[in-house]
Amino acid sequence: MHPEPPLIGQAVPRKEGRDKVTGRARYVDDLVFPGMMYGATVRSPVARGRIRAIHFDENIPWQEFTVVTAQDIPGENCVALILHDQPCLAAEIVNHPEEPVVLLGHPDKHLLEEARRAVRLETEPLPAVFTIEDSLAKKEIIWGEDNVFKSFLVEKGDVDSAWARAEIVVEGEYETGAQEQLYIEPNGMIAVANPDEGVTVWGSMQCPYYVHKALVPLFGLSKDKVRVIQAETGGGFGGKEEYPSMIAAHAALLAWKAGRPVKLIYDRAEDMAATTKRHPSRTRHRTGVTRDGKLVALEIDFVIDGGAYCTLSPVVLSRGTIHAAGPYECPNVRIRSRAVATNAPPHGAFRGFGAPQSVFALERHFDQVAKACGLAPDEFRRRNFVHAGGTLAVSQVIHENVDLPQLMERAFAESDYHAKRARFARENRDARVKKGIGFAAFLHGAGFTGSGEEYLASVVAVEATAEGRVRVLAASTEIGQGANTVFTQIAADTLGLDPELIDIAPPDTAAVPNSGPTVASRTTMIVGKLVESAALGLKQTLVSSGLPGERGGPEGRPCTSEEFQRACAEYIRKHGALRATCQYAPPPGIKWDDEKYQGDAYGAYAWAVYVAEVSVDTVTYEIRVDDFVAVQEVGKVIHPVLATGQIEGGVAQGIGYALYENVVWREGRMVNAQMTNYIMPTSADVPPIRVFFEENPYPFGPGGAKGIGELPMDGPAPAIVNAIEQATGASITRIPVTPEVLMEALEGVHA
Amino acid sequence: MSKRKLPTQKGLSRRAFLKTTGAAVSAGVVSGAAAELLNAQSTAKNKVAGPGEVPITLRVNGETHNLNVEPRVTLLDALRDRLDLTGAKKVCDRGTCGTCTVLVDGKAAYACSMLAIDAQGREILTIEGLAPEGELHPISAAFVENDAQQCGFCTPGFVMACKAYLDRNPNPTEAQAKKALGGNLCRCGTYIGVRAAVLDAAARMKGGR
Ligand code: FES
Ligand code: FES
Repeated sequence: MHPEPPLIGQAVPRKEGRDKVTGRARYVDDLVFPGMMYGATVRSPVARGRIRAIHFDENIPWQEFTVVTAQDIPGENCVALILHDQPCLAAEIVNHPEEPVVLLGHPDKHLLEEARRAVRLETEPLPAVFTIEDSLAKKEIIWGEDNVFKSFLVEKGDVDSAWARAEIVVEGEYETGAQEQLYIEPNGMIAVANPDEGVTVWGSMQCPYYVHKALVPLFGLSKDKVRVIQAETGGGFGGKEEYPSMIAAHAALLAWKAGRPVKLIYDRAEDMAATTKRHPSRTRHRTGVTRDGKLVALEIDFVIDGGAYCTLSPVVLSRGTIHAAGPYECPNVRIRSRAVATNAPPHGAFRGFGAPQSVFALERHFDQVAKACGLAPDEFRRRNFVHAGGTLAVSQVIHENVDLPQLMERAFAESDYHAKRARFARENRDARVKKGIGFAAFLHGAGFTGSGEEYLASVVAVEATAEGRVRVLAASTEIGQGANTVFTQIAADTLGLDPELIDIAPPDTAAVPNSGPTVASRTTMIVGKLVESAALGLKQTLVSSGLPGERGGPEGRPCTSEEFQRACAEYIRKHGALRATCQYAPPPGIKWDDEKYQGDAYGAYAWAVYVAEVSVDTVTYEIRVDDFVAVQEVGKVIHPVLATGQIEGGVAQGIGYALYENVVWREGRMVNAQMTNYIMPTSADVPPIRVFFEENPYPFGPGGAKGIGELPMDGPAPAIVNAIEQATGASITRIPVTPEVLMEALEGVHA
Repeated sequence: MSKRKLPTQKGLSRRAFLKTTGAAVSAGVVSGAAAELLNAQSTAKNKVAGPGEVPITLRVNGETHNLNVEPRVTLLDALRDRLDLTGAKKVCDRGTCGTCTVLVDGKAAYACSMLAIDAQGREILTIEGLAPEGELHPISAAFVENDAQQCGFCTPGFVMACKAYLDRNPNPTEAQAKKALGGNLCRCGTYIGVRAAVLDAAARMKGGR
């Protein structure tokens, strides 16, 4: 047996920790280029309309400005992603408020802002659609033939004939609101672009190769003429998955025309109003069960609002669809899902990627189904949890050794669930501040869905220098989640080296291979495994050329860094370079049918049970989360402190999603686009979050790890709203539960 | 004249603050404080500055800088754009998030909500001046060690707010630590690490610094 590696599982220092804490880390807005000017974006004032004219106020010295419109685009006017339907700059028609139309560049920030306000777009309004229901009803066709970006149908067993065997049928409808990612660092890019050198951009992003893919057709350049470099990035959470391509395109168009570097940084209001948010959703459930609470039929209709352009909606919908039936076994399932168009800015990726929406609906609904069966919510779940050998809604057979009842027991023990539930029920009757405890059980698939990872075919390289230092080359970005630290641990363990000797190359498309986007909880499990394999390749090369022994050292002990360095120097002297590359290959036995939407949707799942305890003030309608317990199984935990931080951060965002974060829309425009009136949790709103891991190593993850980043976003909202129901008796079906929503619900209870 | 302070994090949780003032006016309260400061300052008293650039002198991290800035330039823009001190970040630019926190005469202040001309004659400390190059201040060390940072964008602001807080409250309880930095927002959700870091830093700083 290979000995347990020493670094995986340990809390080693965060790789870039010192630079960040001392303010030395340089984010994009901290960079200055000689001769640089600033960029600004003029946006659509209306939700949908035809552009009649663009008026430039004569009090501005326009000759000093660089002005870019759609006509200045050298190549194809689109932001290439899944479909090419989103223009980089609207030319004739605008399809949502804040859609970019004109770009301005000037060296003086203040004057630039005045100029931006001095451009007026004259538009002829066209009828617009703002809700899922209006879009489905085709009140106006605003996209394609039917307003539908994408739809899926998942069938298992025979739902139609199963209703006859159902003794109880429970229906419900659930809604979730949009949520702003609110990464603390606003979006920004700097571009240098000219016909001789091509286009180079630096900026805040999750996915350098997405930006690269978008810039190539926009400028009609060959791939090697476009270079994308990630600057230190102040959080993303999905919000910097796709929109950075748009900003990079804008900065580059200005730079191309101006012939000088251009910095384009969004201010907070612009970032909140114009860039993507989490898709709002509406889910209908119809559930058939036997009298003793066994699932017979599940019928789910899941719809998300994609906004004005397709962007990532098909893949968000896919994940939401697959997660819609949760970690339960039901013989007959039908899930129909659609992503539809409205005239709002396109909705996009946000941690969880469709799953928080459908999991909220399911876990709220199952509390209602339990009630209808006369069962405690946990007993109903226990009777229906999927077990090893069982099948999920997409007919995926679970080969992992999952033990959900055990996770639930642990979560209940840590939170004192049963005793508190009984006590709150007793004490609430006469209390003004009522208390409740609730939970949610869920799963989250790691990596791209279905054949997505095969299609991505990610590549990682590991190289060594003659000085005995090792560099990991990957396009995966550090955005605060700890990717650089985890890659260091994996590489150091595989090579038996001191972590100080490992460097992570900065993500730069001219220097690192495409290891795929930094999304979908795939960085540790998928890319980390490639780091492990590439490092192993490097070691084997050295061993076969004379570095003796297992773990790289004589007699099985780890080689010393001197021995390693000598071997590297020797090898490089003889062969020129020492580098190993690894490309993704699916684990054996993975099968996915994209037509039927059946099969192994994900290589592995993380499993979890979260418990929330709340107090609800029935006079002020204030809701507080008092305690939170998060129990999960994520394979082997590579770094306990970073992993705990990921869970805490996701739970904090989940608390915001459930209670505070309310995007107020007016005709497709976010009207509360400031941190003063879009309220995210502060320290005072976050209770102790108690995080527990059950370890069950996954054989195809690095050191046994699975994905973790998105998981904690799925559970908090349903757990919290289930707790609110225990506290108040009000069955709330939509989030965020603002005081107004609670007031309405409580009036319903008392009426 | 009643003495009003610059917006400090001390004892000010954002939610409590919003409750008392109403969400929409919080930026107004901050600029109100800055305006009063203008009156209180002998250098600026009764003078009309601008609209063009005016010469100013700033004391930052123990050094004196002579600059020409337009009067509307904030302290944050002056630090970032003119002195290349980019540790204080611009996030909301209206006194909501604390990411731009610096110390002005030892008190935490939102640099986005103070004009550079108003910062004259005051000792400004930024994250860059907290410890000599290559060394970690005990607070910074506590942040690193408690992993009270993820993306790190909010971190310099938290560290500076923590310094101002601990200078006045060297022995915080756990409950106080939870509220202490309520004027700073972190979207990565490092609050729990920050609480631990505040307590840890307090312990490290015992016996003077
Ligand atoms: S940038 Fe100053 S408080 Fe937000
Ligand atoms: S560490 Fe990312 S916002 Fe605080």
